Amino acid sequence: MSIIFLILPITLLLSLGAVAAFAWATRGGQFDDLQTPALRALHDPAPGPGITRESERAES
Amino acid sequence: MRAAAPLPAAPPAPLSCAHCGLPVPSPSAETGPQFCCSGCRSVYEIVHAAGLTGYYAYQDRAAAVAVGERRAPRKYEELDDEAFRAQHLRRDEQGHACADLLLEGVHCSACVWLVERVGRVAPGVVSSRLDLSRNVVTLSWDESRTSLSRIARGLESLGYAPHPLGTAQTEAARHRDRELLLRLGVAGAAAGNVMLMAFALYSGAFNGMEAAYQALFRWASFAIATPTVFWAGAVFLRGGWAALRTRTPHMDLPVAIGILGGYAGGAVSTFTGRGEIYFDSLCTLIFLLLVGRYLQQSHHRRSTSQSELLLALAPQTAHLVEGSAGRDVPASAVAVGATVRVNAGERIPVDGLVLRGTGSVDTRLLTGEPMPVEVKVAERVYAGTSCEAGTLWLRVESAGSATRLGRLMASVEATQRQRAPIVRLADRVAGHFVLGILALAALTFGLWLHWDPRLAVDHTVALLVVTCPCALGMATPLAVSVALGKAARGGILFKGGEFMEELAHPGVIVFDKTGTLTRGQPELVAWLGEATWQAPLRAVEAASGHPLARAIQRAFPENELPVSDLEELAQGGISAKVAGTELLAGSPTLVTQVLGKLPAWAERLVQSHADSGRTPVVVAAGGSVRAVAAFGDALRPEARDNLGQLAALGYRFEILSGDHQSVVDGVARELGIPLSAARGQQSPEAKLRRIQELRERGERVFMVGDGVNDAAAMAAAHVGIAVHGGAETCLKAADVFATREGLAPLTQAALGSRRTLHAIRRGIAISLAYNLVGVGLAVTGLLSPLVAAIMMPLSSISVVSLALRAKTFNAGSP
Repeated sequence: MSIIFLILPITLLLSLGAVAAFAWATRGGQFDDLQTPALRALHDPAPGPGITRESERAES
Repeated sequence: MRAAAPLPAAPPAPLSCAHCGLPVPSPSAETGPQFCCSGCRSVYEIVHAAGLTGYYAYQDRAAAVAVGERRAPRKYEELDDEAFRAQHLRRDEQGHACADLLLEGVHCSACVWLVERVGRVAPGVVSSRLDLSRNVVTLSWDESRTSLSRIARGLESLGYAPHPLGTAQTEAARHRDRELLLRLGVAGAAAGNVMLMAFALYSGAFNGMEAAYQALFRWASFAIATPTVFWAGAVFLRGGWAALRTRTPHMDLPVAIGILGGYAGGAVSTFTGRGEIYFDSLCTLIFLLLVGRYLQQSHHRRSTSQSELLLALAPQTAHLVEGSAGRDVPASAVAVGATVRVNAGERIPVDGLVLRGTGSVDTRLLTGEPMPVEVKVAERVYAGTSCEAGTLWLRVESAGSATRLGRLMASVEATQRQRAPIVRLADRVAGHFVLGILALAALTFGLWLHWDPRLAVDHTVALLVVTCPCALGMATPLAVSVALGKAARGGILFKGGEFMEELAHPGVIVFDKTGTLTRGQPELVAWLGEATWQAPLRAVEAASGHPLARAIQRAFPENELPVSDLEELAQGGISAKVAGTELLAGSPTLVTQVLGKLPAWAERLVQSHADSGRTPVVVAAGGSVRAVAAFGDALRPEARDNLGQLAALGYRFEILSGDHQSVVDGVARELGIPLSAARGQQSPEAKLRRIQELRERGERVFMVGDGVNDAAAMAAAHVGIAVHGGAETCLKAADVFATREGLAPLTQAALGSRRTLHAIRRGIAISLAYNLVGVGLAVTGLLSPLVAAIMMPLSSISVVSLALRAKTFNAGSP
């Protein structure tokens, strides 16, 4: 059972990593708007720099 | 409202609008796409011309909103003004200019698609991102290729009128939101991990556990709980400290005492290796409280962005005339002495003297007078009024904060600052609660010091932890947030939950008559004379934009009598030949000038109408007087019902109006309000004084208004309520405002507030009941950390689910 002395710190480090990732995502504004991106995903072709889909190429 | 109104008989094959999908009222003869209004037609054409027809594939027809009659397109030149740019523009990494604009009329997925492709109609836009929940678009553009005004015109052409938004403010709000979410995430992660270790500790407590493992789990829990309490929980510690320093009761104080007490006890136990730790309960508590706080903040932000949209609706530009050319400038930047043009249907942006032109000016929002005033050269007009008919050229006497409107605004702000803050129910309870907890803690400590000194500290800490008021800190804000959200969907915006609590208690509701109890526009109220002249009069007035002419258009059915030689005369008079007969309609003075003298019966009628505050119009045909019509401000049809419902709940009423005493008396009589409570000819200052007088008498005062003249009174009242269609100054002063027409929202606001307060009380009662049980267990020493860990979430879940299920405002009801 003494393995717990090793496992517990590792677990806590993993959690710390998750929290750090969450902090990064929050500070980057990924949780600012939880409604529009879901709708945006339905739009075709997806807006974004440099991405041109077949359908758009055919259009222009 | 829409559901209650009887629908007109549907046409045999209802055509739907090619743009918005609503039924087409009068289909045109030509084939091809049909439209419900001219606005939809032009948006449809622009969407097609720009190759954006994909919009119609994403459109949610059920949610569509008709564009409505198009207003004259604006130039948005004020967006390119240096002062505006300095305030609102940012730069991104590539050096593109960025700005946020608030959009009118975005509602669905198709709108997101269309707005984000605004670059097709306004080349030079680098990116356009819409936040649908806030109605805000974030634009970045290449300044060498386009300007913000051009993009704004592009957005407007697509049917989304843009409005400037204070960038610094939204930036700060966004930062606050992210900060709170981060604390919430950290507290959640901490709570989960500590709880896992607590499981081990609890099973160890029953089955035995080696001291080394126990110490490991305790130290690890301590290590996680420390940042949680002092960083994530700092919100409550700071709030509690502020409450202590300013000696105002606040619900953060008992929370802070509980958290600190539990943490200190746990820390001592960890260091000494004896006694109990409560880190799992503390972390869960902080997490749950932060969830409540976060929901409250996001609801609050949504309702403020909605109110910002309403506040931004008024164009704040002036058409400056320079020689033969003209340009649009921000209204506050117009120089004294400059010339400004005001077109029919526009708001007057400055205080000034009329240089040229005549017009009919609606001063309702400034003075409460429902009848439009005719203005001529050399007369003075004020900012905040609107020009109903005619075009005016003004010499600017004052602009911005120096106008009469600006000075009124300043007094509104001063009054608002002086108003005592409302102490919310949860905070009031918290005040007593703190004293109760401290007394009980002292009692527990004293008793156990007497019985078993070794356990005294442990049991006192247990008491502090278990009494930490979760419902106060979480269920109350949650109940209020949910109610605010439901109210907003029903067309009632509260600027804060405290106004809901205040409105739930009966008090005196003070109405400004014009625009609240009445429609605020002239209606035909009496017609005495030959009815055969109604149709010819209707035909003559058909094309006029004068407010009285519009009242006649509403009162009589449309007809197709031939009209010739139409001439609009001064003072709103009109003359024309209808079916061969010369018809003249106008004010008694005008008709007297033309005919020489009025007959005695007409003279008497005119006098009696004028005495009762109505506007008489004399109709003459073939050289003799045929009828006398009177125009007045008609009572809203739903006023009596709504006032009856409110009276049944114990609210009392008073009227403070800028209109004539006789008119106010008439309205009061019709609504059954005692004449002693109906005051006419009230200046804004007099209204303010009356509200203060009522407050000093200890009454709870609610001021319902729509105009600038009510703004100071609304700011001074306990709760200021603005009805739909009010001036924006009045919206700024209001704590509650309706986005739906009529008085029904007022009744719903009062009823919903009462139900919300009831839900809050129930939540507090349940949480106090849990606390009482906890206190009993703690004082008798039966409370173990395990019991505390079970009771805490249990009480939270029950109060939260009750708060969420509470029936407060019924969304969607008429």
